[in-house]
Amino acid sequence: MPHLLTRSLDRSAIVFLIVVAALGALIPLSNLLLPAGSFFQVPTYLVALFGKYVCYAILALAIDLIWGYCGILSLGHGAFFALGGYAMGMYLMRQIGSRGVYGNPILPDFMVFLNYPKLPWYWHGFDMFWFAALMVVLVPGLLAFCFGWLAFRSRVTGVYLSIITQAMTYALLLAFFRNDFGFGGNNGLTDFKDILGFNVQADGTRAALFALSCIALIIAFLICRAVVTSKLGKVLIAVRDAESRTRFLGYRVESYKLFVFTLSACMAGVAGSLYVPQVGIINPGEFAPANSIEAVIWVAVGGRGTLIGAALGAVVVNYAKTYFTSGPLAPYWLFMLGALFIAVTLLLPRGIIGTFNAWWEPWKAQRLAASANAASAAREDGVSEPNMAE
Amino acid sequence: MLSKLFKKLRPVPVAILLMFAIALPALAGPFEDAVGKFANDEFSDTEEAVEAITNSGNPLAFTIISALQDDRLMADPDTKKVYVKGLDGKNIDAATGTAVDSIPDSAASVRLNNRLRRTVEAALGSLTLQSPDPAKRIQAAQSVFKTHDEAMLPAIDSALSKETDKAAKLAFSEARAAILLFKQDATDDEKLEAIATIKARGDQEALALLTGLTGDQPPAIAKAAAGATAAIQSRLALWSMVQNAWYGLSLGSVLLLAAIGLAITFGVMGVINMAHGEMVMIGAYTTFVVQQTIRDSFPGLIDYALIMAVPLAFIVAGAIGILIERSIIRFLYGRPLETLLATWGLSLVLQQAVRTVFGPTNQEVSNPSWMSGAFEIGQITITYNRLWILCFTLAVFAILLAMLRYTALGLEMRAVTQNRRMAASMGIATSRVDALTFGLGSGIAGIAGVALSQIDNVSPNLGQSYIIDSFMVVVFGGVGNLWGTLVGAFTLGIANKFLEPVAGAVLAKIAILVLIILFIQKRPRGLFALKGRAVEA
Repeated sequence: MPHLLTRSLDRSAIVFLIVVAALGALIPLSNLLLPAGSFFQVPTYLVALFGKYVCYAILALAIDLIWGYCGILSLGHGAFFALGGYAMGMYLMRQIGSRGVYGNPILPDFMVFLNYPKLPWYWHGFDMFWFAALMVVLVPGLLAFCFGWLAFRSRVTGVYLSIITQAMTYALLLAFFRNDFGFGGNNGLTDFKDILGFNVQADGTRAALFALSCIALIIAFLICRAVVTSKLGKVLIAVRDAESRTRFLGYRVESYKLFVFTLSACMAGVAGSLYVPQVGIINPGEFAPANSIEAVIWVAVGGRGTLIGAALGAVVVNYAKTYFTSGPLAPYWLFMLGALFIAVTLLLPRGIIGTFNAWWEPWKAQRLAASANAASAAREDGVSEPNMAE
Repeated sequence: MLSKLFKKLRPVPVAILLMFAIALPALAGPFEDAVGKFANDEFSDTEEAVEAITNSGNPLAFTIISALQDDRLMADPDTKKVYVKGLDGKNIDAATGTAVDSIPDSAASVRLNNRLRRTVEAALGSLTLQSPDPAKRIQAAQSVFKTHDEAMLPAIDSALSKETDKAAKLAFSEARAAILLFKQDATDDEKLEAIATIKARGDQEALALLTGLTGDQPPAIAKAAAGATAAIQSRLALWSMVQNAWYGLSLGSVLLLAAIGLAITFGVMGVINMAHGEMVMIGAYTTFVVQQTIRDSFPGLIDYALIMAVPLAFIVAGAIGILIERSIIRFLYGRPLETLLATWGLSLVLQQAVRTVFGPTNQEVSNPSWMSGAFEIGQITITYNRLWILCFTLAVFAILLAMLRYTALGLEMRAVTQNRRMAASMGIATSRVDALTFGLGSGIAGIAGVALSQIDNVSPNLGQSYIIDSFMVVVFGGVGNLWGTLVGAFTLGIANKFLEPVAGAVLAKIAILVLIILFIQKRPRGLFALKGRAVEA
């Protein structure tokens, strides 16, 4: 295990982890300990907002893992995110108990409203946190496994896969919009009260959720690093760059893809489950194909194939979204987002971090070469392709 | 000379006298007497008056009785005059039909009780049975068919004997059959004949009538009724299948129209154009602008606005398509996933641009007169706009197919599709062909927008609702094959409409999506896959 860690962590990864850990500790502490109105105090609404960004960053990592390292462009990852969110939302709904508008101890408000005679079978168990937490990982993972098994086995690749993942999330969108589907229909799940006995609205809970999200981001990052720096990661990159050749070399491409796709979906589910208590609602809108595509652009902006870039891209794009949609420029946000899609694909195909690396690495290599002139030529070869070398 | 003149004039006073002789009894005839009875305000007199007026055959009868039903018949107890308060504010004297300026204040509306109300209803029914308009007669007969009121039998019989219109005659005989079927003292033969007539009618109403028959019928009749019910049911099931098939064809034509442009850009060029839906939207907005312009400037040509919009939408959307290809897509050839993202961004920009210019609300695009309305075949109704769209779609498809096959551009397109490098080395300007192909695909999307503006809301989100369906059609049908798109669109349309009655609209859609996802597992390259030696697409 220590060996795995040291191998998977280069200097930039360590910097990233330290920054995330510092933010994860400082922001909640500043929110809770400093007096309100102080310059350094982070207001609660900002904690919730940053918490949202961190969840998006986890989702972006999940997408980057499959897109950046395995070439699977999923336009349906929002579905896994939303499923994780719904699993958590169901737990939170059950926690409301008799405090709902209708005061029914078992049935959530919307079920009373829609005349459900009893709790549907798939709602059982969600009153227990451990069960819900299991489902957060299991449901998206299972869906991804079944979907991926069908898709990869019959060698659905490239844009075909993108389109059917989009159809998948679209189908789920339609299904969850239905009232009789048993997940609150159009309104989704909301009006949460408690999580593990703590009030979800309370400052302390929000700060804790933020810190938890940061921890989840760190864990997700470590998992992704471990995967992409291992031998498995090398095969994934081979699949990305030449799928048929990898298959001809004797690797079971489907299994590799299926593993990484399922892992990625589980991560997306966890991100969704942390997202829901922080924003206080989950509704079918999260399944909208547009959301999934937007998540892909975060990765593209940050730099696909660079895990730090994916997380950074998610935060940068979402910060821009918050900034512009709340100001006088709101009507132009979609122009900007659209232009971002076009500009990134045309002008910045490596993304922010990728482009930065492309400038930085040769410079670093030169410096190394100057100091150790003996083995410089071989090393330069190794770093000329930064995406592959990671 | 003078006597001659007198001789000539002699018939004149006679004629005048004769006119009086005819007119006088009319003035104080049974009709007027009957009308006068309303003024007594006695229920028994009112009933007599209703019967007399109904049987008088006077053209005012319907006006008076319907006024009585609505409490618009006013009687003045002092002068014994009766007035009809017109719905349009024009009041008339009930006895003569002459217009009256105002009804005296002393006049009160003629009262009715429940028994009288029934009489009035029956009277109105038989009066409409004698209406000079065949459509009204048929309508009246239909309502009798539903109520099968025994009291209407004499009226129906007399109307039937006088009837000359074929459709009305059929309606009357069906109404008669319905009455006889439920008449207590009708003979078995009459009832059997009635069942046969009702069975021949064979629609939902006939079924309702037969199932409403009580159980205490003689066995022969019960058996005949059961047989007729079964026959009608199976026929209705058949018709509902025809209906579903028609709806499916209609939906399929819409899908085909939306997908056909995509089949060119995606199928022929391998370019994922997520902004395809926005090209459809631009076509719809072009239609809106054309229609608005014509409405303002040449209102007489409004019916042709749609026809003018077709080439314009093609040019507008096609030009935008070429612009997109030259400015964005050509830099992304060979990178399909990036193309997907860039065109998605483009679709956001186009949507927002249209939203900024035209506003986020739906725009009104009216149907031209030749596209509105419907006609019936058997038990199904076919609207003209759906029929036109089906024809239009097939025409566009045929033209496109012919273009690909017989024109120089079509030849070049096929060459580039099959082997880009070989085509280039044979002297085909592949980048020009790319631009034109993309323009063609976009232009056809624009044309689709013209048609879809007739059946869908013209809003900035119009394209979004079609993009996933269009991709499904192309992927299902097989990339690079227009016939596949045709078959795919109609298959999906019909499958959707046959699932809908069973599963509901949303579940049917979900089921179709799931089925396509499963289908792609089986045939990853669609129904009609291009055969080739490529290892990876």
